[in-house]
Amino acid sequence: MALLQISEPGQSTKPHEHKFAIGIDLGTTNSLVASVRSGQPDTLPNSSGEHLLPSVVQYTPDAIVVGAVAKKNQIEDPHNTISSIKRLMGRGADDLISQFESLSEVLPFEFAVTDSAVAKIKTVAGDKAAVEVSADILKVLKLRGEQSLGDKLEGAVITVPAYFDDAQRQATKDAATLAGLNVLRLLNEPTAAAVAYGLDTGAEGIVAVYDLGGGTFDISIMQLKKGVFEVLSTGGDSALGGDDFDHAIAEWILKQANINSRNLTASLLRLVLSEACKAKEALSKLEQVEINIQFANDNSWTGLLSRDELSSLIDPLIKKSLMSCRRALRDAGVEKNQILDVVMVGGSTRALRVREQVGQFFETDPRVDIDPDRVVAIGAAIQANALVGNDSDGNLLLMDVLPLSLGIETMGGLAEKIISRNTPIPVSRAQEFTTYKDGQTAMAVHVVQGERELVDDCRSLAKFELRGFPSHVAGAARIRVTFQVDADGLLSVTAKEEVSGVVASVEVKPSYGLQDSEIEEMLKASMAFAGEDKDARSLREQQVEADRVLEAIDSAVADDGDEMLSQDERETIQAARSELMIARHNAVETQQLKEAMAKLEKASAEYVARRMNASVQKSMAGHQVEEFNK
Amino acid sequence: MAVSITEQGAKRVNEFLANRGSGMGVRLGVKTTGCSGMAYVIEFVDEVNDGEDETFESNGVVIVVDKKSLVYIDGTEMDFVKEGLNEGFAFNNPNEKDACGCGESFTV
Repeated sequence: MALLQISEPGQSTKPHEHKFAIGIDLGTTNSLVASVRSGQPDTLPNSSGEHLLPSVVQYTPDAIVVGAVAKKNQIEDPHNTISSIKRLMGRGADDLISQFESLSEVLPFEFAVTDSAVAKIKTVAGDKAAVEVSADILKVLKLRGEQSLGDKLEGAVITVPAYFDDAQRQATKDAATLAGLNVLRLLNEPTAAAVAYGLDTGAEGIVAVYDLGGGTFDISIMQLKKGVFEVLSTGGDSALGGDDFDHAIAEWILKQANINSRNLTASLLRLVLSEACKAKEALSKLEQVEINIQFANDNSWTGLLSRDELSSLIDPLIKKSLMSCRRALRDAGVEKNQILDVVMVGGSTRALRVREQVGQFFETDPRVDIDPDRVVAIGAAIQANALVGNDSDGNLLLMDVLPLSLGIETMGGLAEKIISRNTPIPVSRAQEFTTYKDGQTAMAVHVVQGERELVDDCRSLAKFELRGFPSHVAGAARIRVTFQVDADGLLSVTAKEEVSGVVASVEVKPSYGLQDSEIEEMLKASMAFAGEDKDARSLREQQVEADRVLEAIDSAVADDGDEMLSQDERETIQAARSELMIARHNAVETQQLKEAMAKLEKASAEYVARRMNASVQKSMAGHQVEEFNK
Repeated sequence: MAVSITEQGAKRVNEFLANRGSGMGVRLGVKTTGCSGMAYVIEFVDEVNDGEDETFESNGVVIVVDKKSLVYIDGTEMDFVKEGLNEGFAFNNPNEKDACGCGESFTV
């Protein structure tokens, strides 16, 4: 039996039509899945009540183990148990070789030597690419989502670090596809955190997201403008996190206990680290904690760790993170006092000292109300819920819009806009085009971006050809050009000839390599040249029309001019034709061209009528009048 | 004529209302669009239509039912249940004669 959730007034869906969507925080160390139920976003636990799924996958000859169990087995089965796979996403074999030494310290895997550009890890279950390993994690999260919501999923929003490049984003999408998940959108992790706090519907301004996890630190400076978060800068330290806090405390314990860490066994060292971690967590609530460690049967140590002592131990590490913050602010060209909000993400931001220091640095109280481990997944769930149309206002969150119009080149070098700028994405638009010449069987499609009327003033994105469709008279072929921009801004253009079904397509990333300043300049130019562009466009249009008229008259005269035209008539037409030809190439004003065209039309009117009659007679010859009355 | 809610159900409704930050209760109703005749509707309540709606109070929760729906769900007890990982509201409706397997719709 289906269990129902409470809807917003008037938003109840018909049975079986409620759309379930999940948000996934696919993390380096841990992953989470969240959803919105009865208007409340929350992370979903497994049957033992655990919300965090360790991002660890163990491959055995006959099973794939994901999560806590795999993490536990890591020590015994290091070669077949894969962790931190996120670091390898979208990385080719070449990248890995160059990073191999540093990576192999962190990742104890053997890489398979393959012909493909994709690096694969050797396991007993075969060679595994990073995408496959991530897909195995996603499958577990997907299943948890389905079981918790009691239905099939419409799709998922998956978060990625703001600094992920196109290849890493694509790899993440591929992993989701492999796991059978429909990706509604990839969302930057800091954006997700800001969405969880509802900052996307708040005041426009600049937001900092401070993300201190177990092993990595990320800072993102973002600007909210008209509901869209734009990442101004990112920074961080891939080797700074809560684990370093534990190490600092462990060192302090050993120093207090007068023990040299070199004399300790690995398991004792782990014990000290875990006690250090416990003490750190307890100090978020208590002023001081007692630590008690049994080093050997006759050697135990008991001591007190106070909040102040902890602060002095971790302050150097926090300072390091704040230096990254300062750099990120500088990169973004933003002053501290411009920051409206600071959002805290990552378990290590639970440490009160971190909150205090970050608050002092940014001169504002950081946002800490939502569990910092879950805040990213929760933001993703809110976005996913809105994207499938379950949002309370029924509005789609406008997280992204096209910065510039997209279109194609038409005859005469004109830019025909298919999707105009500021259209929210994802979006799909189609328009029909036709052929220009008789017997044309191919068409070049030139995809352009920009606001100007002439292709020369726009940015060329891609060119491709649609070939091999049946020959038609000019203007009879129907070619449907579809522009589709997905949620990540990836544009695919498809041209299809409707009769034969011949298809050609291309994919491009319109924003690739485009700086904001360039976008701004392109927009400014389109305003500044608006008048000139309008004139240029209408002139080009008339030139195209003139070409068409010239083409038609030439082909007609070549066809039957000898039989149907007297010498005089022929000369009159030729004279008008030459005049139009000159105007076509020299006229700077639309009016001149129009006049020349009118002249030629007048000169050839009689001839055109005669041709029409001849063709009607020809087609009626041998038929009875009755046949035409039917 | 009355509808009610279990203690557990009331607790969750109040949680969801608190999370939403507004709303006076929960509206129960039926829609005639299910695969098996009728479908249940649960929504948050922002306003009550005088003359069309009846309100009940059960375990501290205001339940609003429009008069047309009430004939189909009179005597219904609303509960919050967990089935494995899945959780949500379920209806114990004495008028229900047959439900489609999905439980989202029923006939009387």
